[in-house]
Amino acid sequence: MFLIGGLVCMLGQVLIITTKITSARILVLFVLIGVVLQAFNIFDPISQFAQAGINVPIIGFGASLAKGAMSAVESRGLLGAFTGGLEATAAGIAAAVGFAFLFSLIFKSRTK
Amino acid sequence: MQTFKLKNRPKIIGSYSIAGPKEGKGPFGKYFDYIMKCDRFGEKTYEQAERKMLEIAVTGAIQNAGLMVSDINLMLAGDLLNQIISSSYTARAFNMPFLGLFGACSTMAESLAVGAVLINGGHYKNVVCATGSHFSTAERQFRFPLELGCQRVPTSQWTVTASGASVLSLEGEGPEIAMVTFGKVIDLGISDVNNMGAAMAPAAADTLAAHFKETKQNPEDYDLIVTGDLGKLGSEILIDMLEAKGFKLGKNYSDCGHSFFTRKQDAMCGGSGCGASASVLNGYIIKKMKAGVFKRVLFAPTGALMSPTASQQGESIPGISHAIVLEMGV
Amino acid sequence: MKNEKLNEAYNAYVEARIPKTKPWPSLFNAFWVGGLVCLLGQGINELILYLFPSMAEQTAWAWTLVALIFIASFLTAVGVFDKIGKFAGAGTIVPITGFSNSIASPAIEFKHEGIIYGTCVKMFSIAGPVIVSGVVSSVLVGVIYYIVGLF
Repeated sequence: MFLIGGLVCMLGQVLIITTKITSARILVLFVLIGVVLQAFNIFDPISQFAQAGINVPIIGFGASLAKGAMSAVESRGLLGAFTGGLEATAAGIAAAVGFAFLFSLIFKSRTK
Repeated sequence: MQTFKLKNRPKIIGSYSIAGPKEGKGPFGKYFDYIMKCDRFGEKTYEQAERKMLEIAVTGAIQNAGLMVSDINLMLAGDLLNQIISSSYTARAFNMPFLGLFGACSTMAESLAVGAVLINGGHYKNVVCATGSHFSTAERQFRFPLELGCQRVPTSQWTVTASGASVLSLEGEGPEIAMVTFGKVIDLGISDVNNMGAAMAPAAADTLAAHFKETKQNPEDYDLIVTGDLGKLGSEILIDMLEAKGFKLGKNYSDCGHSFFTRKQDAMCGGSGCGASASVLNGYIIKKMKAGVFKRVLFAPTGALMSPTASQQGESIPGISHAIVLEMGV
Repeated sequence: MKNEKLNEAYNAYVEARIPKTKPWPSLFNAFWVGGLVCLLGQGINELILYLFPSMAEQTAWAWTLVALIFIASFLTAVGVFDKIGKFAGAGTIVPITGFSNSIASPAIEFKHEGIIYGTCVKMFSIAGPVIVSGVVSSVLVGVIYYIVGLF
């Protein structure tokens, strides 16, 4: 998983160097890759093998969005397409927002 | 004609420079009048710190000229923040007539040129010109939050935390402003905000070429030709462009931004911001002129006249450059 | 028309003058730091499963991400993350840590504009597109999945 995680990040770095894109675009791109991988059911086999190597990169976030939507469609029908994605990723988003808010109350930014 | 000779030759009779801790460790560190220990400067926000820097620079320049705040007839200032708030809030603290100028990083030359023309015309007696920039305020307005973990590209520059002010008058001692050349807005279609040097270099080339042509001089006629914050890449481009126009810049050419930081300070192409040229002029150049090292200096900082909105909409970056000729003991 | 040609020529000229950096060191740094972050995630995941053997795999991964997000936002708050990020580039942007950093850094940066208009509004100034694109595409995938399932 070290190897795969490293390679995924290196791919991101290649994009940064060759296309000068910003970190926000990198994140968007990798989330979309995750969504697509999951949509075609390729993510799970990779995940079985790579474990954290693919789950920790933001690709995993995209995959759980799509996975949530798909499994919710199975259990709840069309409404699941709208509820499933955020439900599956709620922990991550809420944690990022919550911790960011908490720390913003305590800390100040500093010049480098 | 873009160039005017000033018959009465207004003088810079007082000057003051202030810089942040990182800037103080750079090559010009020992010439600055004041180096801040912390770049928040005891204030709540970086914007307030920028303002306080500007206030100290203005007060320092007036004291250096041996004048009182009440002797000053007009303040000319500008900065990089939206609606030039640092300058306006500073002027609020001084209770004197104020003209806000926006020339981005060329503001030091713009304010000195406008001030010199007003004094030369006999309309004003003592004018104070000031500008400054702060890394942290510029960074949050134009780029990313400070704590975002991203990498800087090799063409990017480091906005300096520094401020400078000069007092202009006909009476007193100091370098004389002999000529001013107001520049045109030049845009050759660079839209990469991380490559300001390349966006501004054509403006500097245009203004300097116009200056040399109209005054029938050559680059060798000056002891020092100095641009503001073209950085390493920008100044190389300027040398190329001027050579194509028939003017060869030699060893007497240098760029404030390019030489502002040492290589180790990780500033990529060099320093940038209003503060770069303002602090180097008021800290280094004027002191060296008074010491007799330089007799004739051509000071031509450049400014990038863009805003985050314009660049997000894909507009290219227009550049401008104003030049002033400083003479002492000629 | 003539101007546009001039601009193109100047852009090409500038492009040629831009100093070229060697890509290999930064690729290598992105590789090993990124790998290390993933390794850390794996370690946390296995620790959780070791402590709570009955936990579902999905839940354990969610906890792992929460832990990584906590670490990243803490490092952002104390001003360490951007130093690692400068060194590692995509090595810390691509993992979930980059997402966490992109929310925490503007939240802290803009606190002076107030909690509502500063922290809360700017929090998503960088990560917003990530959530929007992720949610939109997942809804799309869900809808298509539903339609495909009808037949």
